[in-house]
Amino acid sequence: MIRFVLSRVAQTLAVLFIASLIIFALMRMIPGDPVLMLLGDDYTEDAYQQLRARLGLDRSIVHQYVFWLRNVLQGDLGDSLLQHERVSRLVWEAFVPTLTLVVASLVVGVLIAVPSGVVAAQRKDSAWDWGSMGFAIFVYSMPAFWKGIILIWIFSVHLRWFPAMGYVPPWVDLWDGLWKLALPAITLGTFFSGLVARIIRSSLLEVLEQDYIKAARAKGVRQAALVYRHALANALIPVVTIIGLQFGALLGGAVLTETVFAIPGMGRLTVNAILNRDYSVVQGTILAGVFLVVLVNLAVDVTYAFLNPKIRVA
Amino acid sequence: MTAETILDVRDLTVDFHLDGTVLRAVDGISLSVRRGEIVGLVGESGAGKSLTSEAILRLIRCPPGRITGEVRFRGRNLLDLDEDALSRIRGREIAMIFQNPAGSLNPVFRVGAQLHEAMALHLDEPRPALRARVVDILARVGIPAPRTRARDYPHQFSGGMAQRVMVGMGMSCVPALLIADEPTTALDVTIQAQVLALIRQLARETGAAVLLVSHDLGIISQMCDRVIVMYAGRIVEQASIATVFGAPAHPYTRALVDCLPRVDGVERLGTIGGVMPGLRALPPGCRFHPRCPIAEPRCSVDVPALRALTPDHRAACHLARPGA
Amino acid sequence: MSRPLDADGLTLPGAVAGSAPATARDGLRRRWWRFARNRGAVFGLAVCVAVVLLSVLAPVISPYDPLAQGAGPALQPPSMAHWAGTDSFGRDMLSRIIYGARIALAVGLVSVLLALVIGVALGLVAGYYGGVLDIVIMRVMDGLFAFPIIILAIAMMAIMGFGVTNVIIAVGVGFIAPFARVTRADVLAVKEEPYIEAARLAGVSGRAIILRHVLPNVAAPIIVQAALRVSGAIITEAGLSFLGLGPPPPTPVWGSMIAEGRNFIVMAPHVSTIPGVALMITIVGLNLLGDGLRDTLDPRLRR
Repeated sequence: MIRFVLSRVAQTLAVLFIASLIIFALMRMIPGDPVLMLLGDDYTEDAYQQLRARLGLDRSIVHQYVFWLRNVLQGDLGDSLLQHERVSRLVWEAFVPTLTLVVASLVVGVLIAVPSGVVAAQRKDSAWDWGSMGFAIFVYSMPAFWKGIILIWIFSVHLRWFPAMGYVPPWVDLWDGLWKLALPAITLGTFFSGLVARIIRSSLLEVLEQDYIKAARAKGVRQAALVYRHALANALIPVVTIIGLQFGALLGGAVLTETVFAIPGMGRLTVNAILNRDYSVVQGTILAGVFLVVLVNLAVDVTYAFLNPKIRVA
Repeated sequence: MTAETILDVRDLTVDFHLDGTVLRAVDGISLSVRRGEIVGLVGESGAGKSLTSEAILRLIRCPPGRITGEVRFRGRNLLDLDEDALSRIRGREIAMIFQNPAGSLNPVFRVGAQLHEAMALHLDEPRPALRARVVDILARVGIPAPRTRARDYPHQFSGGMAQRVMVGMGMSCVPALLIADEPTTALDVTIQAQVLALIRQLARETGAAVLLVSHDLGIISQMCDRVIVMYAGRIVEQASIATVFGAPAHPYTRALVDCLPRVDGVERLGTIGGVMPGLRALPPGCRFHPRCPIAEPRCSVDVPALRALTPDHRAACHLARPGA
Repeated sequence: MSRPLDADGLTLPGAVAGSAPATARDGLRRRWWRFARNRGAVFGLAVCVAVVLLSVLAPVISPYDPLAQGAGPALQPPSMAHWAGTDSFGRDMLSRIIYGARIALAVGLVSVLLALVIGVALGLVAGYYGGVLDIVIMRVMDGLFAFPIIILAIAMMAIMGFGVTNVIIAVGVGFIAPFARVTRADVLAVKEEPYIEAARLAGVSGRAIILRHVLPNVAAPIIVQAALRVSGAIITEAGLSFLGLGPPPPTPVWGSMIAEGRNFIVMAPHVSTIPGVALMITIVGLNLLGDGLRDTLDPRLRR
């Protein structure tokens, strides 16, 4: 187990290194001279050369990368052109609402997916199966941003059950926070549930055919315990992997969802930065997003190993 | 001599409804098991013997399966019970072990916990007592260092060890009947003998009857008091072990016996020509007649009934004569 | 464990369904029947054919010029004159949706094709030659895989600027890594087959072996992957357009039509909802088709 974790940590570092190279390369590909942009109206030939040297842009590309990486590792992502604020601070402030949304969506998704996947598997080919799998494909295929608009139209405009937009951290005001988070979390959570319900159904169907289920039934385990304890404990293992594989998609969905619901998260920060050519902010949000995805994947792999005795106790 | 009959199966039939057709995998089987007896159920793979044993505990998924007939266990028809009542009998009064020991244990639970669960389901004993019994059982079935091994996971057990655990689990609630479905088929020959000895020993100690399902007449001959021979979903012969080997009445049984290597040095290892018919193409009359060396014209028309040749010997063959 | 019940190949209900491997010997006809029995897949195919027809025939069948402002009064709900109503510029929504299908389909197909060509080539090389080449390629793919598709696409759009071609590139880049991974994994399996060994011993060049012997044998999972990715590409494109990072206005794009309609959700909900329905039907169709193809071509993935 320890060896497995160490090797996954090493792999994670390698992936982060490659990803950092890709981001660095992307940032060099931006059209226009960053020094000119930074100087703006203060341009003089002297100032230009000075700033260029200070930013290390007169050195070799390898040197530039090392210089850049050192800053990034120290948490120095530069300054926002537009908001005159440290990028690291902007990113962190936008990061929290996005992560809140993602976590809430995970919870909503699992709460919907587990029962519907289990029902579908237990009553394979019944109306329940067709219904819940049809629903799964349906919500999975609805683009998050459009689903959000439809939900607003129904639940905010017509029924007036939930607010259409806004964000309050749930730890500041629990009820108001959750109330405002409800529609966004349903929007993104149903996407995730569609995916997970299908996985749970298929993996449960496979597990229910295994000999140990028959053996457990033969020793007198009742149907409910058989499905929810013996079978689900095995069937949920692949779901953990799916969370890892789909976390990127979930984060991407969050970016779009928060735009619909005016949540001041990473999506809004990034899009505004792009429209304003505020590239150091773009770089910061992408770095943070990739870092999060990679870390979650590491956590998922370790969890997977922990849940699967064949790896944990090798 | 005649102990109480604990299991009495009457006219048991297992059908599968697949793609609009009905396939009869087990066709009107009747058998009984007396207390403390070891009965063998033998036949080629596909003869329906595993399905028969699973049908007794209703482990076959229905639909597509359909079980009819009667399975009387201590007077109660198991086919009439609801799931709840049945689950009180499964593991408590009738235990079952399977062909694939490594796959019979749930991979995500500790071996000890699975043993514990088997007892906790049926026995009203406090946890510490059960925990002590888990270790006790592991030791009894010959698992070294039982205290530590109880905390291991199934993949850390070899096939033979896993099957010992399954035997121990099966016997943990002192059932009246143990159904062992090909318990040693997946194991090495040396391990086979150990597991069989363990089954016999525990059965003797607890007084449990055993229904041993196997395709291997050799194993049956070492273990059983009585033998039931199945062919293509029907019973063809049923007799004491001595009769089966000394004076088999059905040509199929005779052929099976001839296939066994003899220890007396007389080499007459035979084979049976042809293959057992599939369920979709069952022949009329006696199902064995296409392969039967002594078949007569009526064998392909009339279904032979299972007739008593002597009180303890029955055969389903038109040509069977007592002591033939 | 599957336990055959009889010689006819009937398997017990206790056996894992679909464990019979489909080999290349399976006739096309048989595969087609297996596909046709899957009602969802047939529905998906029908939807896809309809979308393709719509986009090909767009100039013929769309009732108005999709760019013409004032084709009717602004923000009209659906009527006989404008089946899908009009938007805030008085443009005919139905015409814009029909033309939008063109862009969605073009972006979906071309970007996946782009990713497929690059990804499969990388995967073949990495898997077949192995060694340092494999390590380098696959590590880069791992790095690329760490980027959420939409975030990578957003970054690419920021650099390259807006426009249909750039959308195609931005979306396509994100799909390279999955294709490379799938291809490599299958190449590794196929590589050990005796016929590959035989070809190698016969002195056939590496390139010829890859193209003539390896590629055909890994084609099925790649096709499946492609079918499943097209819907992802279309969703990503719609997301970019929704964020205002897609093809610039007044190009008729579903994503930006939905975004525009947000402002009129109370008084004219059709502006946002109808393009969304078009988008969703397309995605459902593609997903069902992809699932059906997966079940037909790649039984290992079938459950």
